[in-house]
Amino acid sequence: MTRFFEYTGVALYTLTRKEISRFMRIWTQTLIPPVITTCLYFLIFGNLIGQRIGSMQGHSYIDFIVPGLVLMSVITGAYTNVASSFFSAKFQRYIEEMMVSPVPNYVILIGYLVGGMVRGILVGMIVLVVSSLFATVDIVSPTIAIAIFILTALVFSLGGMINGMFARKFDDISIIPNFVLTPLIYLGGVFYSVQMLPEFWQLVSLMNPILYVINVARFAFLGSSDVGMLASFTVICICIAILFTLCLILLKRGYGIRE
Amino acid sequence: MKHSVGSDHALSVQNLSKTYKNGREALKNISFNVKEGDFYALLGRNGAGKSTAIGITCSLVNKSSGKVFIFGTDIDKDFQSAKSNIGLVPQEINFSQFETPWNIVINHAGYYGVRRSLAEKQAEKYLSVLGLWSYRHTVSRKLSGGMKRRLMIARALMHEPRLLILDEPTAGIDFEARLLMWDYMEKINRDGITIILTTHYLEEAERLCRHVGVIELGEIILDIDMKSLFKHLQQETYVLHIQQPINALPDGITESIRLKDDRTIEVDIAKGSQINPLFETLARFGISVVSIQNKSNRLETLFMELLKTEATTLQSDELSD
Repeated sequence: MTRFFEYTGVALYTLTRKEISRFMRIWTQTLIPPVITTCLYFLIFGNLIGQRIGSMQGHSYIDFIVPGLVLMSVITGAYTNVASSFFSAKFQRYIEEMMVSPVPNYVILIGYLVGGMVRGILVGMIVLVVSSLFATVDIVSPTIAIAIFILTALVFSLGGMINGMFARKFDDISIIPNFVLTPLIYLGGVFYSVQMLPEFWQLVSLMNPILYVINVARFAFLGSSDVGMLASFTVICICIAILFTLCLILLKRGYGIRE
Repeated sequence: MKHSVGSDHALSVQNLSKTYKNGREALKNISFNVKEGDFYALLGRNGAGKSTAIGITCSLVNKSSGKVFIFGTDIDKDFQSAKSNIGLVPQEINFSQFETPWNIVINHAGYYGVRRSLAEKQAEKYLSVLGLWSYRHTVSRKLSGGMKRRLMIARALMHEPRLLILDEPTAGIDFEARLLMWDYMEKINRDGITIILTTHYLEEAERLCRHVGVIELGEIILDIDMKSLFKHLQQETYVLHIQQPINALPDGITESIRLKDDRTIEVDIAKGSQINPLFETLARFGISVVSIQNKSNRLETLFMELLKTEATTLQSDELSD
């Protein structure tokens, strides 16, 4: 049993180290672009347009959008990292290195997830620091903030993993972020409160899991939210459980990686 | 709980079948065993099913039915133990082209649970012995084809497997590098590693292997040790180098002699026959022989004969249907 834990520990450390060094090696492509994008959001939506909007839930507009923008960078960082890394491993066939080895599927999954989560959280932290240059960043509940950073990175790393497994060509790893993830992020209340929407669209918005992560972040940062914390954490945990199980099933079947 | 078969087999394949989604039957209920310590050639034409059999053994391909045992361990029941004994050198380059050889071999060892301190020693050993030590920090896409092949061998040895599977390891590399790799393969086999080799260079199989299995259209059509195989050879081919160039063979010379170029003659002689009458015939026509050699790739001759027989059998089966 000790040998088993030693073995899986070494394998997990190897994979995690490889994943983190992969995105750190190309940090100008992986860490800097989200920061530039966020600066533009602050400049345009926060400073220029935001001044005309006035306050939102008792906060200045630029302060209101900080949690959403930080979470947006966590989401895209985590998702993109896992999707592109796993697809590259498939495309260049070095996924076979792991498939022929005794690494259990859950170790492969956790290794990729940790890589995605570290990148997502790291990008989120950088964006948070940059945000403090434009807005007032007072975190009301640091514990909830840390929890939502970790859980959000985990949910979207799992999403990226599924995308990476299903992808057959490079286009396939940009279709979901462009046509599904980005609209869900924008419609999840990054730039507005869902209470501003008509009742029907408020109900529709509740189907969007990104609404919950953004509102938990907003609660952690500003102390106000459109949805309850218990409901939000429940939805997030259910998403994690479903996606994690799905990933393990797909890996066991060798979907997209084994003929 | 152990799920085992005869423990003297490094690999035991039992009733293995594979049908791909497109309906192609790549393997049709094949069975074969590779003894521990053996050097086994798995031969066959392109698409015969060799790589599918290897892929299933190494978990790269899902099997449709059948069993595979590695040193007596069922890969379906205790995959961790079974896989830890296998080292694979695949046909296609399958490492990250953006990583260095050092990282590639160290990471590989990590996947097998080898601690980093030990992995670094192993990396130094295998990268050195395969002539890659000075390239250890070079991005792998900049390595030559031969170096990439050697890197895959070094990588496969990092966890010290008991069974090494080499899927066309010398494809596309120059003859000198191939000779070096042959020497190294012989050495590690002498050291106790069981080797399974697939190759299209039959002289490679003839020189290295002690046992041969031939797959044709998804079926094992031959599984025999090399010595017994050569007993079946009905004739031998000699290459004769002649002193004076000739444009054509003189009339009246037997059909078993062929002119390969103006100074080289190739002749087939039935096994056990005398070679003296050949020299007498050539001397009668004024042809002087300066050197003679046995054409080395006897296995090629047998292989082609075997495939011809198989094709003829298949054709006659179809006709009788």
